Amino acid sequence: MISKSYFSGIFGHSPIKPLQEHITKAVECAEQLVPLFEAVAKADFEAVEAVQQQASKLEDEADTMKKELRMHLPRTLFLPVDRRDLLELLRLQDNIANTAKDVCGLVLGRQMTLPDDLVEPFMGYVQRSVDAARQAKKTVEELDELVETGFRGSEIDVVHDMLDELDRIEKDTDNIQIRLRRTLRKQEKDLPPVDVMFLYKIIELVGKLADIAQRVGSRLQMMLAK
Amino acid sequence: MEYGLIYLILAGVFGLFMAWGIGANDVANAMATSVGSRVLTIKQAVLVAAVFEFAGAVLAGGEVTSTIRSGIIDSGLLVDQPDMLVFGMLAALLAAGTWLLLASAMGWPVSTTHSIIGAIVGFAIAGIGWNAVKWPMIGTIAMSWVISPLLAGVVAYLIFRSVQMLILDRRDPFTNARRYVPIYIFFAGFVISLMTMLKGLKHIGLDLTTTESYALAFAIGTVLGISGKLIINRIPVDPRLDREFHFANVERIFGVLMIVTACAMAFAHGSNDVANAIGPVAAVVSVVQSGGEVASRSPLALWVLMLGAVGIVLGLLMLGHRVIATVGKEITQLTPSRGFACELAAASTVVLASGTGLPVSTTHTLVGAVLGVGLARGIAALNLSVVRSIFMSWIITLPAGGILAIVFFQILLMIFG
Repeated sequence: MISKSYFSGIFGHSPIKPLQEHITKAVECAEQLVPLFEAVAKADFEAVEAVQQQASKLEDEADTMKKELRMHLPRTLFLPVDRRDLLELLRLQDNIANTAKDVCGLVLGRQMTLPDDLVEPFMGYVQRSVDAARQAKKTVEELDELVETGFRGSEIDVVHDMLDELDRIEKDTDNIQIRLRRTLRKQEKDLPPVDVMFLYKIIELVGKLADIAQRVGSRLQMMLAK
Repeated sequence: MEYGLIYLILAGVFGLFMAWGIGANDVANAMATSVGSRVLTIKQAVLVAAVFEFAGAVLAGGEVTSTIRSGIIDSGLLVDQPDMLVFGMLAALLAAGTWLLLASAMGWPVSTTHSIIGAIVGFAIAGIGWNAVKWPMIGTIAMSWVISPLLAGVVAYLIFRSVQMLILDRRDPFTNARRYVPIYIFFAGFVISLMTMLKGLKHIGLDLTTTESYALAFAIGTVLGISGKLIINRIPVDPRLDREFHFANVERIFGVLMIVTACAMAFAHGSNDVANAIGPVAAVVSVVQSGGEVASRSPLALWVLMLGAVGIVLGLLMLGHRVIATVGKEITQLTPSRGFACELAAASTVVLASGTGLPVSTTHTLVGAVLGVGLARGIAALNLSVVRSIFMSWIITLPAGGILAIVFFQILLMIFG
């Protein structure tokens, strides 16, 4: 008479844990940008390639996790958050990994070099952008607590504080970006034009990373107010 | 009656087997919630279930048993053929048992209650005629199948919302849990014991007035609440637990509450589901003992209730523990703070139904309660396709039970008739 009980069937696969594992992977991929540009500063292209390989591998893994999670989100699943919000959050999280991988690929492909006086502000810029991704991860990690409290009460304040911090970090990257561009503009006449174009492009992409991290936060905020 | 003793023995064996099946399979749904949230170990769950299923069956199982014994079939039409009623009830037991075996082998969400009612109605229509069924009663029972999950859902929603407001959503949930959880324990003890006593405990020699019932229920609730408070006060805060998940310590306090609601759930299940096994037995016993008089108003014999209770406990001890373990592993999302809300809502609803004599499905009621907590955004993922298959099982079980009952009825007629 032993069989699988239909009662337990009412409980679906919780998407929370997989979602958190996904952003952990995506942020790990974004974190590769720090060793990447450290290698660039030293013009060590073997190291650049190693980092690019690693980022590419992490991005692949994140992609697999994304597909896996999507498969486990059938329409009959009743979630405490909007299913579309959840899928959009997942897409944005995946974008973090994609952007980081793109940067690595471009840097390796073009054997990017950094003018000496740009190294320090640029490293700070990358660091801050990665911070934004980490902060996004931190907020997504609060999702278990949000489910526990039923998306209400003082836990909401905790998450709002984290989101405010995320906004501050993103604003920081914006400001650093403006300064970086200004510095670069001053010396662009003395540099090879294609290198300059390329630098502008990379600056933009690194900024985009922080931007996406912030959008992860905004999507989470929308989930709170269902 | 020519074969009176044989009928009695057959009824006893079939009823015992049915009760055994309920204990082996059905109890798991009621108990797995507590095992899944790791409030009780398997051994403790089996012990709690054995004690409280037995208590529920013996103390509060009488009303539903009466409904199944004599509330569905208009036995006035069978005055001249008492054997027919005996065959019908035996056939219904066999049919429901067979259908349940098949359903559980296939993993269908079939309820014991629905099977036995379907089987009795099926036999009545085919064996006696359309008029033999007390349709208004069937209407009420069918309504109760819809209402009980809905009611449990609403109650679970409200309980969980109150938990959010009083404890989870506050700045210091741990302190608030310590303060309010004993009150929930009081509430659980008070409600369940009050409903049981208001319905009457004359059959075990306890004749209480309404006032006495309220006073005793209040006393039971208070004793439980205070004991709970003492246990909770001895739970230390373990900061290491909160590092990963900030509510781990709070959930430990809810765990104490969940022990109480697990008892309530087992009690409720015993009070309603024992009748599925022994309602037909009671019908056979009353016909045989009155020497073939169908419309006998003799009171329900206590030993019949005991038979059902023993059957459930036997099934539980022999196989139930394995089923509880299997089901429990799959229910990890129901942490104590929501598990208790589901159990309390479902148990109250089922005990209320038991007092009114309405046979409801404990598991479907529990599903309703889980959905109620889900609506309060309390559960990470619920699979709504199960709800659809439960609806389907409602539609299919009644005719299936009925058809099987007719088949067994004809076989019994050939053997004894």
